[in-house]
Amino acid sequence: MNFGIVRFVLGWILQFEGIFLILPAITAAVYKEWREVIAFIATALASLLIGYLMRFKRPKDMSLYTREGFASVALGWFVMSLVGAVPFVATGDIPNYIDALFETISGLTTTGASILTDVEVVSHGGLFWRSFTHWIGGMGVFVFIMAIVPLAGGSTMNLMRAESPGPSVGKLVPRVKDTAKALYVIYLGITGIEVVTLLICGMNLFESLTLTFGTVGTGGFGVSNASIGGYSHTVQVVITVFMILSGINYTFFFAMIHRQFKQAFAIEEVRWYLAIIFGSVLIIFINIKNMYTLASDALRDAFFQVGSIITTTGFSTTDFDTWPQLSKTIIVLLMIIGACAGSTGGGFKISRILILLKAIKKELLMMIHPNMIKKLRLDGRVIPHETIRSTNVFMSIYIVILFGSTLLVSFDEFGFTTNFTAVLACLNNIGPGLDLVGPARNFAFFSPFVKIILMFDMLAGRLELLPMLILLVPQCWKKY
Amino acid sequence: MKIIIVGCGKVGYTLVEQLNKENHDIVVIDEREDKVRSITEELDAMGIVGNGISYQTLLEADIAHADLLIAVTGSDEQNLLCCVIAKKTGKCKTIARVRNPIYSQETTFLREELGLAMIMNPELASANEIARIFQFPSAMKIDTFTKGRTELMHFRVTEDCLLNGQELMKIRSRLNLNILFCTVKREDEIFIPRGNFVFREGDLVSFVATPPNANAFFKKIGYDNGKVHSVMIVGGGTMSYYLAKRLLSVGINVKLICDDKTRCEELSELLPEATLIFGDMTDQRLLLQEGIETVDGFAALTGLDEENILLSLFVKKVSSAKTVTKINRINFSGVINALPLDSVNYPRLHTADTILKYVRSASKSMGANMENLYSIEDGKAEALEFYIKEDSKVTGKELAKMNIKKNVMVCSILRRNNVIFPGGSETLRVGDYVVIVQAGERLNNINEILED
Repeated sequence: MNFGIVRFVLGWILQFEGIFLILPAITAAVYKEWREVIAFIATALASLLIGYLMRFKRPKDMSLYTREGFASVALGWFVMSLVGAVPFVATGDIPNYIDALFETISGLTTTGASILTDVEVVSHGGLFWRSFTHWIGGMGVFVFIMAIVPLAGGSTMNLMRAESPGPSVGKLVPRVKDTAKALYVIYLGITGIEVVTLLICGMNLFESLTLTFGTVGTGGFGVSNASIGGYSHTVQVVITVFMILSGINYTFFFAMIHRQFKQAFAIEEVRWYLAIIFGSVLIIFINIKNMYTLASDALRDAFFQVGSIITTTGFSTTDFDTWPQLSKTIIVLLMIIGACAGSTGGGFKISRILILLKAIKKELLMMIHPNMIKKLRLDGRVIPHETIRSTNVFMSIYIVILFGSTLLVSFDEFGFTTNFTAVLACLNNIGPGLDLVGPARNFAFFSPFVKIILMFDMLAGRLELLPMLILLVPQCWKKY
Repeated sequence: MKIIIVGCGKVGYTLVEQLNKENHDIVVIDEREDKVRSITEELDAMGIVGNGISYQTLLEADIAHADLLIAVTGSDEQNLLCCVIAKKTGKCKTIARVRNPIYSQETTFLREELGLAMIMNPELASANEIARIFQFPSAMKIDTFTKGRTELMHFRVTEDCLLNGQELMKIRSRLNLNILFCTVKREDEIFIPRGNFVFREGDLVSFVATPPNANAFFKKIGYDNGKVHSVMIVGGGTMSYYLAKRLLSVGINVKLICDDKTRCEELSELLPEATLIFGDMTDQRLLLQEGIETVDGFAALTGLDEENILLSLFVKKVSSAKTVTKINRINFSGVINALPLDSVNYPRLHTADTILKYVRSASKSMGANMENLYSIEDGKAEALEFYIKEDSKVTGKELAKMNIKKNVMVCSILRRNNVIFPGGSETLRVGDYVVIVQAGERLNNINEILED
């Protein structure tokens, strides 16, 4: 591996994080939390300085092959989390570093699983940083860097591939830099609209910003103990809509902006995404109707929870752990399915499931017509063999990690539902699971060992498994 | 500029690579998925898998907003059709590669009738370049400017050459010829030599001169510039045909060896004056039997680069013939330059040069048209020719008083049929054809020779 370029890229990451850390410092200053201001500014300066030193010497070989790209992204996220956790400890919001790291990784990977038992005692600066990590992690830091920094040529595609979700990463426009810019423009656009909408609904600026970060990044950190449950119905509806929008493939928005409405709605994945949402809401609504006096409340809660889980946001307005079994099972299935590829959401991704289902259908047809030649298609286009292969491999790795982690988490001797859904919630970047990790509870009670396992799952889930696993392969670290 | 390239072969790849460096938005189209994937993974371009002739595919590539479409697929007909359809759907300019000798007579007709901006025939262009080298065997490469009135000659300094160990200033006064040294390449570095520069063995030197002066120069520095009377060509491709035809037309004997019987017969029909030999081209005995030791020139133009290199090395060993080696695919220019080959021809780079010239002059032509562009040593330096159309910052001022960039040199001026090698007191005027060599950053228009 070319360590020089990895060091160089990590230097950029640290410098950008230093800049990002200034925002919570400003927030803390507004609320006159001087201890927090110092903690954030100090971390920011340290991060900028270390980043500067790492970038000081330009590596001789600037080539960034697949291996370096994947390793830089995985290490970059890790380093970012290590640094991002420091202010939580320094401010005393989360005294234990492992816990702080869990919280930061949960934030950056847009999981939203928290170890905090009481969110409302945390400082404004800390809360802002917690939510802001969702926003940074949602679209991805490397995509952001590519939009701004002129890194060497086409090989930067390797960075983008490692960070962007989905079975195959396409460009929206010919150049990597312009693609990254387009993504961030859409991202900023959605963020802006939601902040304004929430402000109109009567929320204060701090809450509308933090909740927006949680929504568009599909993260799920709230700023009150009741998550979104304590807000007005209008706010709940607004957040539901924006959560669902954030789970849509960004190609859709890109097509919409360019007035290609027909192409936008022809995207198979988006259609299935919406169909799954409406189908699930309908079944859950019928299932839980009797628990509510008002049918509209049941519908709103069903919509919110389904939107929150399928986009892997993890906000909640009610404790779905108390719902009937059928609804809970649907929720667990939605956790696995996840959002669209090319969105900020996590999970298995709808396009991957579509590809797998199509492959199953093809396999069955092959039994009937053994000599049949059939190409699988998505959006009317032939799916390349490479994509089908990598989807199959993804599925295998996913299962291995899911069950392996469940086994390791079981060392803490909690119930199966708790362990399994805790891993699901982390691996799919959702946040809440069922039973002891249900929406009304948190992850504080796990042992440090289990927390480390879950942190790995969160990072693996956000980076689509492979970049994290590549770090575990010894050949990756060899010079040649 | 937004550029669509149809065809992701060798030329397509080289084009994307070169145009990438000049910051253009590039979309590539090819039916072969693996080719598209390798380009989009290695270079910064968007890939579309599909047939470039298809209206749908072109729409997907956003033809409506494209400025230029370049069709370089393997098939001439596909390229032409693609350009015609692109022309009808968008308002972009189109360039097609057409290689078949049958069409080569009709390029002007095709271009005008089909509304293309340019038709390229890299095989023909390369063959002409090789033919020039055989007519002027001391040079390794010859680029022509101002309609053949000035030439940029490249040669290597040998041990017993007069230049070896001499200072540039002194050699110029000693030779007393109107030539101008442009670039020197030494150990992978290319630069413009100053007056106190000392030549060494192994340097690759280029200079501009008129053809008669160049001839005199080579004679004076002790290069045998004997005329080539007979040339042996191996390989029966299109380029061999063009080269044989050209050489025969200037009265050079041609012996062509090809290992395909039917092709031999075809060529024999097309080239009645050439001697066609059917046999294994890599058979040493056959080559010796056909008099390789006594031939004046040898061109290795088979489809395999490795074979071409080996053949030329063999010929260098057994005879004193001037050799030309065609390298199409492989990318080891560092190694190849170190081999004792005379001239190496890269048709792929030739195509890229032609298109770069077109793209650059189309994107920014301020006050002057770019007439020619030749890249020197893998594009590390470039020789460009401009035609000055109107007054600008560079006209009407003495060259010595202008703040010209360090790595730029004004080499020659063609003014009313007179070739001038400018001194410091010369001024550029409207109507001049100016040849400029740069060894630093790219020039899009003539104004860029000045420091900001």
